[in-house]
Amino acid sequence: MRINLSSVPVDDQEKAYQFYTKTLGFQKKHDIPMGKHRWITVVSPEDPNGTELVLEPDEHPAVRPFKSALLEDGIPFTAFAVEDVAAEHKRLEALGVKFTQPPTEMGSMVTAVFDDTCGNLIMIAQGGME
Amino acid sequence: MDDDLYRAIADPTRRAILDELVERDGQSLFELCSRLIMKHGISSSRQAISQHLELLESAGLVVARREGRYKFHWFNGEPLKAITKRWPANAKKR
Repeated sequence: MRINLSSVPVDDQEKAYQFYTKTLGFQKKHDIPMGKHRWITVVSPEDPNGTELVLEPDEHPAVRPFKSALLEDGIPFTAFAVEDVAAEHKRLEALGVKFTQPPTEMGSMVTAVFDDTCGNLIMIAQGGME
Repeated sequence: MDDDLYRAIADPTRRAILDELVERDGQSLFELCSRLIMKHGISSSRQAISQHLELLESAGLVVARREGRYKFHWFNGEPLKAITKRWPANAKKR
């Protein structure tokens, strides 16, 4: 068994697609029409055959209250590994990305948390998670 | 109010929360919990930390403010002035 997919619940798939590709820099793996929604997955250019991230519609009525509760407390929905959190923070902030936590040393790790504009907070981390 | 203040600073976890807010003001609950675990080895539940924050708020030492969809916590040292006012550091001994 292996983990080939992970998903984030997004409030707008097209907006999410733009943010996750143009701003974060992931690339499209699949984009298949599925009725009123799409099956969209993106991958890291550093690992194009690796785990795919599904940009999943957050339509189920239980999802939005769950997401707001996480957002209010600053809790990231998921985390991505980066080489250099400070450099990513600088790059993303210049692109208008809003951080709820700037780069912070947490033991042997450095982490930061940003808003994905689709109703989720995402953590980026270096060290410790490898 | 006085009792709230002394009770608030009597607890080591609450003092650590204040230390972290002095280091960086305006933190989410998540950031505070991460700092407490990683830097102080305090692995209390988020709910427990939330209750500590409520106590600190009622003592006036922490102010929680919503910004859009997030909630951040800020340090307020003002109530601490009451302590040195009551017992001045340079009080003359008889």
